[in-house]
Amino acid sequence: MSNNVSLGTLFKNGVFGENPVFRLALSLCPAVAVTSGVKNGFLMGAAVLFVMTMTNVTVSLLRNFINPKVRIPSYVFITATWVTVIDQVMSAYQRAVYKEMGLYIMLIVAFAIILSRAEMFASKNKLLPSFVDGVGMGVGFLLALMLLGVFREFLGKGSLWGAQILPGKPLLIAIMPTGGFFAMGLVMGWLNWIDRKFFGGTGGGGGGHH
Amino acid sequence: MWQHVLTIFIASALINNFVFTRYLGLCIFFGVTKRMETAIGMSFTFTAVMLVEAVLNWVIYTYVMVPYHLGFLKIVIFIGTVAAFVQAADTIMKKVAPALYYKLGIYLALIVTNCIILAVPLLNADENYSLFESMALAVGSGLGFSLALIIMASIREKLELADVPKSFQGLPISFVLTGLIALAFLGFSGMITL
Repeated sequence: MSNNVSLGTLFKNGVFGENPVFRLALSLCPAVAVTSGVKNGFLMGAAVLFVMTMTNVTVSLLRNFINPKVRIPSYVFITATWVTVIDQVMSAYQRAVYKEMGLYIMLIVAFAIILSRAEMFASKNKLLPSFVDGVGMGVGFLLALMLLGVFREFLGKGSLWGAQILPGKPLLIAIMPTGGFFAMGLVMGWLNWIDRKFFGGTGGGGGGHH
Repeated sequence: MWQHVLTIFIASALINNFVFTRYLGLCIFFGVTKRMETAIGMSFTFTAVMLVEAVLNWVIYTYVMVPYHLGFLKIVIFIGTVAAFVQAADTIMKKVAPALYYKLGIYLALIVTNCIILAVPLLNADENYSLFESMALAVGSGLGFSLALIIMASIREKLELADVPKSFQGLPISFVLTGLIALAFLGFSGMITL
């Protein structure tokens, strides 16, 4: 990508065009794991947004100092450092949530999306575009998690962000592992349908990426 | 003690199956299950690497990180050992067993940034498992993951012939399928309580 792409386009690209979860089908594990509630989805998304932005910024700043031969390990360690930061912050201020999804927070370090943005974008671009790219991708991820969280929490617990809306639990299966996979598949299929119907896309979202 | 080790082994293979209840390793799970052959190759590589990693990281965690209060560095250190080990295994295999390298080498490269390889030492550290318990968790998780890969690969080979709605082709239908298998695996919960 060249530098003359406007920052707004870059941001939009991260949120819609190349949405990490639904479009690129990267980093699926947490997308299914922590979205049994909107709040968990939001916190996870915020953590990823932070790590993503900071990694992009750091890689971009250091891009002229990192030897190309050791670039991948360097990126991994930069990511690991920022994940440690968010891990410590979360365990200090969000005890209850951390107990539930601490493992997934730590595993942000193994996200393909972060490494791939560092490699494909931040290592070749200046500070500002890298920052915007990180924020755009992070927000795209956050929105995807919250979308899944809204579906699953509303159907599974009848509540949103912990506030009870429906009496009882309409469809308990939605918050169980099964529901996570179903929700993911259905939302993906639905987005593909929209893409084919209204935007003339091929609708093959999420090909064989890993 | 051996009973506890066995419990951990069975629990990590079936009840807390990495794919179906812990939702880990999904990228690989969906990536390599298009063909049976790759699924089997991946299963072998993963189980072996997981076992070695578990032992290696257990030693580092117990004898270096705990005595010097470096627990907070576990993410950085564990991913460092994974990366170093995979690189070493890659180089050694290329020299010693080229035939095996051409079969499994591509999977090795994918392993570095994989969450389940990293999850095993992290879980061991969180639970303060002993060496044998760590190994049981690693082997159990590895076999559980292999089971998941092989089930999925067999179904997807059949799926090639099915008439799937256009919007659902590819990943979406695979997700729904995984959901159904997860539902079956739900039956194992309650078999053992840890």
